[in-house]
Amino acid sequence: MAPPEHDHGHHHGGDDHEHGSELSETQRRVRALETVLTEKGYVDPAALDVLVETYETKVGPHNGARVVAKAWADPEYRARLFSDSGAAITALGFAGRQGENIIALENTPDVHNMVVCTLCSCYPWPVLGLPPVWYKSAPYRSRAVSDPRGVLRDFGVEIDPETEIRVWDSTAELRYLVVPMRPEGTEGWSEQDLAALVTRDSMIGTGLAARPQAVAS
Amino acid sequence: MNGVHDMGGMHGFGPVEPEPGEPVFHAEWERRAFALTLAMGATGEWTLDAARFAREDWPAGAYLSRTYYEMWLAGLERLLAERGLVSAAEVESGRPAEPARPLRRGAVDADAAARMLRSGGPTNRAAPRPARFAEGDRVRARTMNPPTHTRLPRYVRGRVGTVVLVHGCHVFPDVNAHGGGEDPQWLYTVRFDGRDLWGPDTDPTVAVSVDAFEPYLEPAA
Repeated sequence: MAPPEHDHGHHHGGDDHEHGSELSETQRRVRALETVLTEKGYVDPAALDVLVETYETKVGPHNGARVVAKAWADPEYRARLFSDSGAAITALGFAGRQGENIIALENTPDVHNMVVCTLCSCYPWPVLGLPPVWYKSAPYRSRAVSDPRGVLRDFGVEIDPETEIRVWDSTAELRYLVVPMRPEGTEGWSEQDLAALVTRDSMIGTGLAARPQAVAS
Repeated sequence: MNGVHDMGGMHGFGPVEPEPGEPVFHAEWERRAFALTLAMGATGEWTLDAARFAREDWPAGAYLSRTYYEMWLAGLERLLAERGLVSAAEVESGRPAEPARPLRRGAVDADAAARMLRSGGPTNRAAPRPARFAEGDRVRARTMNPPTHTRLPRYVRGRVGTVVLVHGCHVFPDVNAHGGGEDPQWLYTVRFDGRDLWGPDTDPTVAVSVDAFEPYLEPAA
């Protein structure tokens, strides 16, 4: 599954030289830019650390998984999530940048929702963190709207041919969180155990929730 | 602008290739490019819409040859140069050559950065006028080709869909990206039948929606 350009790190920015003495041109450029911005007093290095740390260690798909697990376990919360998604998500403590207006989309046997940003990379940061490379890539952005079932097959996902596929192209400031269907065989599970079944891709709509036997619970 | 960033419906990019166990960042410089972009954005020297235009407004070859954070970096360098904050020569040398200009809001410190992430930057605005469309209305996405920033993807232009959600008024990116102010506009989710976008052979179970500002839409007869 390695991207074709893997050898020269095209998709991933190439950190081949990161630990060597030779810096990549891009790495050198970013360092130079950071030095100039810092020396001019335009940026505070402590603020940069906070920004990186937040999305690398604190905010990520585990947040969205808590929302979904609660919606599965708590019918009252589920109703609230689909009538006022923003308030229900904020109630769990998730809010902020690139998630000012989040709408939860309910997957059912009749409707499968899938989210894309064909123009760039809009994504609900407070519940999913920063988007993966494939989400921002040309193959996904070009085909998600014209051949969603083909894209799902790239992920190894087959949806019943009768099920309506709704693709949401997030072209403005609305962000979408897919609530996948709860897997069978999870009756009576705690929210914590349920959350372990909620994959990132299932909340984008390019995957399904994990089956109980796939998770050591 | 009709740039190559507007990718919906294009052929030839190959299959989607997810990376199992993908890290948030793939190199140290990506962390820094990400953080520098957010920190400079918070100084108020440009709008988020202007930043998006600075990332997409490139020749197709340049756009496609860049990784995502290389695109962010190119956009940031352009915004800094255009506003006389950091010159290309300064980036090359890694040393300030010109004195710093005072920033509108000043640099953000660690606390301000954390606050900014928590509060975000809501684009919701009070409605200056009533909505022209309601849920269930049939609307046509206008035929338009602005060379400037827009959020109406080419693949829906001229096509008829149905308003399924009305979201209130939001900052209008097409104007805000170019220094014209916020110009709040009603925002709708408009759903199209896949066959109306891609032709009669399209899988009839596919529907595609976009979030469209009112100036993008006209009533469909």
